[in-house]
Amino acid sequence: MSTSGTRVLPLGRIGESVLRADGRPKVRGEFAYASDLGADRMLWGATLRSPHPSARIRGIDITRALTLSGVHAVLTHADVPGRTTYGMEISDQPVLAIDRVRYEGEPVAIVAADHPETARRAIERIVVDYLPEDPLTDPERAIMPGAPRLHPGGNLLRRVTIRHGDPGATAEVVVRGEYAVGMQDQAFLGPEAALAVPAEDGGIDLHVATQWLHVDQGQVAACLGLPPSLTRLHLSGVGGAFGGREDLSMQVHVAMLALHTGRPVKMVYSREESFFGHVHRHPARMEYEHGADRDGRLVYVRARVVLDGGAYASSSTAVVANAATFACGPYDVPNAEVEAIVTYTNNPPCGAMRGFGAVQVAFGHESQMDRLAAELALDPIEIRLRNALATGMRLPTGQLVDGPAPVRELLEGLRDMPLPPDVVPVDPREFPGGVSNSTHGEGTRRGVGVAVGFKNIAFAEGFDDYSTARVRISRDDGGPLVEIHTAAAEVGQGLETVLAQIARTELSLERVRVLPADTQVGSAGSTSASRQTWMTGGAVQLACARLRERLHEAIDGPIEETAVYRHRPTQALDPDTGQGDSLVALAFAAHRAVCDVDVELGIVRAVEIATTQDVGRVMNPLALEGQIHGGIAQGLGLALMEEIQMEEGRVRNASFTDYLMPTVLDMPQVRMRISETPHPHAPYGLNGVGEMPTIASTPAIVAAVRDASGRPLTRVPLRPSDIAGV
Amino acid sequence: MKLILTVNGEIHEVESIWEGESLMHVLRERLALPGAKNACEQGECGSCSVMLDEVLVCSCLVLARQAQERSVVTVEGLAPPDDVGVVQQAFIETGAVQCGFCTPGFIMATEDLLRRSPAPDDAEIREALAGNLCRCTGYEKILDAVRLASARLGAMG
Ligand code: FES
Ligand code: FES
Repeated sequence: MSTSGTRVLPLGRIGESVLRADGRPKVRGEFAYASDLGADRMLWGATLRSPHPSARIRGIDITRALTLSGVHAVLTHADVPGRTTYGMEISDQPVLAIDRVRYEGEPVAIVAADHPETARRAIERIVVDYLPEDPLTDPERAIMPGAPRLHPGGNLLRRVTIRHGDPGATAEVVVRGEYAVGMQDQAFLGPEAALAVPAEDGGIDLHVATQWLHVDQGQVAACLGLPPSLTRLHLSGVGGAFGGREDLSMQVHVAMLALHTGRPVKMVYSREESFFGHVHRHPARMEYEHGADRDGRLVYVRARVVLDGGAYASSSTAVVANAATFACGPYDVPNAEVEAIVTYTNNPPCGAMRGFGAVQVAFGHESQMDRLAAELALDPIEIRLRNALATGMRLPTGQLVDGPAPVRELLEGLRDMPLPPDVVPVDPREFPGGVSNSTHGEGTRRGVGVAVGFKNIAFAEGFDDYSTARVRISRDDGGPLVEIHTAAAEVGQGLETVLAQIARTELSLERVRVLPADTQVGSAGSTSASRQTWMTGGAVQLACARLRERLHEAIDGPIEETAVYRHRPTQALDPDTGQGDSLVALAFAAHRAVCDVDVELGIVRAVEIATTQDVGRVMNPLALEGQIHGGIAQGLGLALMEEIQMEEGRVRNASFTDYLMPTVLDMPQVRMRISETPHPHAPYGLNGVGEMPTIASTPAIVAAVRDASGRPLTRVPLRPSDIAGV
Repeated sequence: MKLILTVNGEIHEVESIWEGESLMHVLRERLALPGAKNACEQGECGSCSVMLDEVLVCSCLVLARQAQERSVVTVEGLAPPDDVGVVQQAFIETGAVQCGFCTPGFIMATEDLLRRSPAPDDAEIREALAGNLCRCTGYEKILDAVRLASARLGAMG
């Protein structure tokens, strides 16, 4: 099946559906992901992990591993050349366990060998003398008197309190609810992998799939005891990220093995290991009380959110601030009292995942809005319209919403979209349960649910958030050539394509190449928080604008500009009142789910998801649609199936057999309506898009299942027993 | 042991492989053909799919020695160097590729489907791709890619 056909070249400016330049190597199987890398004389690394969620380590005996033929190095905490701990916000995570382990799967020792199987066998021959202890697995018990202290500063990682308006406000109509969100995994398909190559200057070249090269570089250099200039990071192909590659995984380990053996070392996690090798979305427990007047206008919201941070800090302190900031939803709330805490436990560390704190509370605030609607016999869209946040209003943090906040428009857009026809399927595959033949329509009911969500773009709370781009124009036989060099991580979302579109638009030149990302250019910040198109796009636009002034010089030789883009400054939240202009910008999306539910067996089939999203400016329609589809799939996963199941601090389902994710059979048709309200603070008026599809899709699906089943459904993912009420 | 097999039309002899090595490992690590991807190595994601004597298999679940004297086609073998096949081109054009880690597996599954059933309806496409996981696209554009490839191949007769 091979033929040429028409080639659509990846040319184009902003606003056009430009095809990705890496599409061709990816469909040919030639694109080099981290796990595909290799080098001469390369060794394979492997990691010994703790089988206990909590234990003291009394000794580690590596002799039997060292004597295995083919083994070149066996290293423990005693071999860490520099700082023995790392962490993005708090350096609390040991590179290799020192005198205790705090979660199941914590790295204890590492091996380099000539074959991956030899490395695995060597790992089995390391003897660790553990003294297991009872794990602390309840995030609320973690801060009660008598709980074991997991870290010197105690188990409370952060508490964020927001007080807004009158704390004693009372209302005629009051609804209360308790909700829970399970632990979701990013489950990117490309497993963690890296290749470390020792260099002649005593430094290291580390090729790795990551989201933020420079924050890795700083941590790796410190742990290796090397200057950052000798710790050179190169972005390999990244097989998806979704937040799970923001923290270090094997970066320091593989570099230690390479420096120790003087040979290139590659490490690739298996899928099972990957479940232990990165942080997850924080499980949450939430208590809400909403007060409203008889017309359904909110008088107050009181919320308490408890996040399980797991064994190490990761980005928990930022996630909890987001959870607090967005806890009341995209509504006009005159009085609010929010407390959000995150604590250490002996569960797996939790951190960044698409939606970053906004996802958990969206399930809470949207479930509450539905309760309020039911109490007042109002339509779910109507109650949201009556309370919709709009430009010029204030968030519970006191921050003025000075950018677009088209909540009303998104909800009205959703209301105007026709519902799918409610016909009894002819094809048995279209019933809930599909080919398992569990129903032919008996016991199935259709439900409809809506939800709206929001989140901030880029980093918050006073973080100095910037991105750097170097753009060069040279000339060769093909004419002028533009080269863009940044450290920004393309993780699959299409960043390189949009950067090239920006350069073409600014310079009116067609030949644009995006160079591989590495640390030879300044930081681009993280590929997270829906920020890269805005931030690194902004840096490329700035550099191009400067080059445009100098285009006449390009006749004589290459010209180059390096630009740094910063968004407007933000402020810390007041530690007592949670007040402050902590956010750069907001973005919004609304979802409507239609589900057929077998209410006797508790099986759900999503029939259609409709969504409205405001994106400021469409940069690449094809890529935008892909982000929305993919984000909704992850929202559906959290609603219906995805959960890392924990039992006494142990993961019960670390495999794709047991951790269920949506397949093509689970995904319904997605209907979308995109609007473009220019964001006054962003390049081209664009807004972040990547996270918003994942926020309200979950509560919309749950609302549809509630509508069909009549059950309260207060925890996600939904379990068949909850839906069937058994 | 020594392994002799045909991959993408070329005969390969691989010396001293370990008995337990999977076909996926031999392709990726010994024959420098990384197109069969290693997303789960337990038969759950389809990213390692190849054709073994014209049967679609997960190469992570096939022992290398089961491929002794047999013929394997990987994603690298679907089109000559510097070219792409109809299915591959359709994946690029419809936006079915994001991170791309699932892509070779989906392309192999689509090749297999369209060979068996050149004009599948949506239900048939979904069924044929149900063994492949994608974490980025939500599958919608992958469905578009299969429909486009099917239409183009149909038009070409
Ligand atoms: S890697 Fe073979 S099925 Fe997942
Ligand atoms: S494109 Fe990333 S897994 Fe499919």
